[in-house]
Amino acid sequence: MILNASMFLPILPEILLVALGAVVLILDLVLPKKQHRNIGWVTAAGMGVILLLSIPARPETEPSLVWGGMLRHDWLGFSFTMLFIFGAGITALFAMDFKKLGHRGEFYLLMIVSTIGMALMVSAADLVMLYLAIETTAIPLYILAGFFIRDDKSTEAGFKYFLFGAMTSAIMLYGFSLLFGFAGTTNIYQIAQSVREGGLPAGALIGSMLLVLVGFSFKIAGVPFHFWSPDVYEGSPTPVAGFLSTASKAAGFVVLLRFMMVVFPDITLQWGAVITAMSVATMTLGNLLALTQKNIKRMLAYSSIAHAGYALIGVAVISQVGVSSMVYYLIVYLVTNLAAFGIVASCGRITGSDEMTAYYGMSRRSPWLALALLVALLSLAGMPPLGGFVAKFFVFAAAVDANMIWLAVIGVLNAIIGMYYYLTVLKYVYLYRSEDEEKPLLVTRPQKLAITVLTVGIILIGTVLVPWFNWATTAAASVF
Amino acid sequence: MNYYIDPLTLVTFFPVIGIVVLLFLRADQKVHARWVALITSLITFGISLAILAQFNPANPDLQMVVNIPWIQVAGWNISYFMGVDGLSILLILLTTLLTSLSILSTWTAVQDRVKEFMIFFLFLEMGMLGVFLAQDLFLFYVFWEFTLVPMYMLIGIWGGKRRIYAAIKFFLYTMAGSILMLLAILWLGIYQDTFNVPELAAMGGIPPNLQFWLFLAFGAAFAIKVPMWPLHSWLPDAHVEAPTAGSVILAGVLLKMGTYGFLRFNLQLFPIASVKLAPWVAALAVIGILYGAAVSYAQKDVKKLVAYSSVSHLGFVMLGLFALNSQGVQGGILQMINHGISTGALFLIVGMLYERRHTRDMDAFGGLWKVMPIYGALTLIVVLSSMGLPGLNGFVGEFAILLGSWGAGLPGGVLGSPWFTALAALGIILAAVYLLYMFQKLFLGPVTKEENRVLSDINWREILTLAPLIILIFWIGLYPNPFLNLMSASVDQLLNAMQTAAVAGIP
Repeated sequence: MILNASMFLPILPEILLVALGAVVLILDLVLPKKQHRNIGWVTAAGMGVILLLSIPARPETEPSLVWGGMLRHDWLGFSFTMLFIFGAGITALFAMDFKKLGHRGEFYLLMIVSTIGMALMVSAADLVMLYLAIETTAIPLYILAGFFIRDDKSTEAGFKYFLFGAMTSAIMLYGFSLLFGFAGTTNIYQIAQSVREGGLPAGALIGSMLLVLVGFSFKIAGVPFHFWSPDVYEGSPTPVAGFLSTASKAAGFVVLLRFMMVVFPDITLQWGAVITAMSVATMTLGNLLALTQKNIKRMLAYSSIAHAGYALIGVAVISQVGVSSMVYYLIVYLVTNLAAFGIVASCGRITGSDEMTAYYGMSRRSPWLALALLVALLSLAGMPPLGGFVAKFFVFAAAVDANMIWLAVIGVLNAIIGMYYYLTVLKYVYLYRSEDEEKPLLVTRPQKLAITVLTVGIILIGTVLVPWFNWATTAAASVF
Repeated sequence: MNYYIDPLTLVTFFPVIGIVVLLFLRADQKVHARWVALITSLITFGISLAILAQFNPANPDLQMVVNIPWIQVAGWNISYFMGVDGLSILLILLTTLLTSLSILSTWTAVQDRVKEFMIFFLFLEMGMLGVFLAQDLFLFYVFWEFTLVPMYMLIGIWGGKRRIYAAIKFFLYTMAGSILMLLAILWLGIYQDTFNVPELAAMGGIPPNLQFWLFLAFGAAFAIKVPMWPLHSWLPDAHVEAPTAGSVILAGVLLKMGTYGFLRFNLQLFPIASVKLAPWVAALAVIGILYGAAVSYAQKDVKKLVAYSSVSHLGFVMLGLFALNSQGVQGGILQMINHGISTGALFLIVGMLYERRHTRDMDAFGGLWKVMPIYGALTLIVVLSSMGLPGLNGFVGEFAILLGSWGAGLPGGVLGSPWFTALAALGIILAAVYLLYMFQKLFLGPVTKEENRVLSDINWREILTLAPLIILIFWIGLYPNPFLNLMSASVDQLLNAMQTAAVAGIP
């Protein structure tokens, strides 16, 4: 294989991320301790620069396999890579002033490494590459979740996340090995063809499908592999929880989507039924459990589970519209949930608590922060004219379009339950009074910047939605 | 490229200009905030008058139409489509007028977080105008849901003692209904390939059994909003706990979103189901009329009495609309306006009393006429208008509705039963009972409580708030033709279209 410049173009974002990681490492060594917070600015700015520099790396309309079939250079992978880079930049801004997190260079480095993993995950076209990418994503995240080693909850979060992750990834790996055995190839795009030629009984294929699904369900926190997420989100540093619940989850979704569509086209009926059942269970359970939460991070954790359920509708209906709607849903969800967790991080920094009682009368302490929370939560709840509404509209529409009106009905009923608990938080924020009303909640500059970008984003995605939807459609079309 | 903004977009989004100005004010600039909001709402009212001047009553179709493609991807056909016709023009005027008067009424009543209050109020106005102007189902739904949040905040932050309970109940009730409507909208958009309301209406062709389900899904959202018995239980809580201005808008405009929804969407889009279900809707409406009146009579709290009277009055509107003939529908639309004027005025009146005495218990008053004669006289006019005294506005609407409900409308067996009319007429008598009872308890007889002797009569600002409504009460009562002329062409066209569809659809 002869290397030339054009071969590096498809992995330009990853290369730039590695370079940024190196810069962060060097800065961590040379900068005096007091200025370590500024590494956050460097990371965020670096992510912004990478976004711009990656424009030439955008794929052609025709997807292509690169690097010996290890990666697939297509719009789906590229779009989500861009989203992860955006999410990582925002997370860096939120982390800068978060307790001891922002002053530690290794935090930023681990996050960058994890982002590289995600970027590879969403473009992986080979079982080996996919497994490596998943682990590259996960291992830094295990460490990040348990970053505060003196905090029991944080270490518990890290350890729990690790145990769950290791177990499910082992099961998934077993599924991969079976597939390799059946097909004799590790390339995702050739497995289906080989299996078909081999005349394998459907039962064996369904078995391996279920095994790999375990690993993906863990990533997206789908029922029944969701148990880790509330504890992990509650215990891990809030910016990390935000990153976990958005970028990591979205990466899981893309892999799930690509794998199911490409590897198992002959058993769509079966996996469609499994995913449908999972979707219903995930959104219903997530919403019902979110109702009773007293801690806002746990509430957001369960709400994230519920949102995975809504997004799964887009996969379950197995149609072009469904896939586009899922991609759109993930874009909206990433922006909105990052905002929600970021605001919680900003509040928690001052109040020192993530209990809902800390949010009493918040609108009087910081009207702008309260407004941002209003926008974020209402978008999660699916109120027009915010992004979350359009996203829900599209996934429900996909269900109706696929003649699965009952699934849309369940989704709609769930949306009402969801409305209730988001509204409960807003009730505390806007309608309740507290003794601390005179104490303003100060928001630092990086937090202000990040929250503003996200809030404007939520409104823009909800109103000027055609470019976003076209983008989602282009990305979705490139799966096949 | 021209920079001309069409009038409907302008009127809908003009309040946003006021909101932007308000955002730059400091929290302690209360007076400035009030003036900014008032001027904004007055200009919006002015724009709506300009729209009226441009409006051609002889044209039954949508006018001043703006139709810009919005979401045309993946087979969706969603556009930013606004238009006004005879069914909505009066509601636009009512909305902008009542918003201005409500803001004027808060001058001294709202002291806490004035800036935020005004911001939410103007957002609410924008949402309501959008609801009445949108002609695309998606756009309509966006505005429809948009009104929820500001109203939730108005009730929840500036309301009475049980404000939080009332706010959440209001929100969830409405949300639950409207999300069913969302499903129906999705179905229409996907299987009929457009969200464009006039196109959908003209297309027809929805099988009768599906029409039935779609009618119910839309109807659930609207019936909760109206509210029709037995879905009314959010209303007394919301009305009683809301601040005065909130109650005025809630009763005056938000409830009309429900009746307007039936008129614009259910009747137009599902004519066969409408014809078939009309007797049932009418029966619920009549139950609402009697129930609302009976419960009103039992109230001790003046505001609650007025709140329950809304259930009764809106029952009349629904009866009129589902009479499905020209008198009934015109009476129904006029009665929407009348109810907005009379009940809006009643809430303002109750609010003025509450501001002085901080109670609304009827037993705490008596003989107020002697202390506050101007206030008493104005109240009497409004009370008489609300109970439908000939010569005042309420009579015109209710009479037309009764007339319509007696004379049967469309083929396929609609009302036509004098029973509905008779029972509804009983409702008018009951209205006289509870309203006069209230008036007597408050104003007549000797002054029973010492603290009532020192109450000041209403001031110039309060008179100014009520004056436009009083003028309208007489105007509509004595010379309703200009108002009926505005709507008659559109109503006739709607009924003709329904007739054609129903004849074709019902074997």
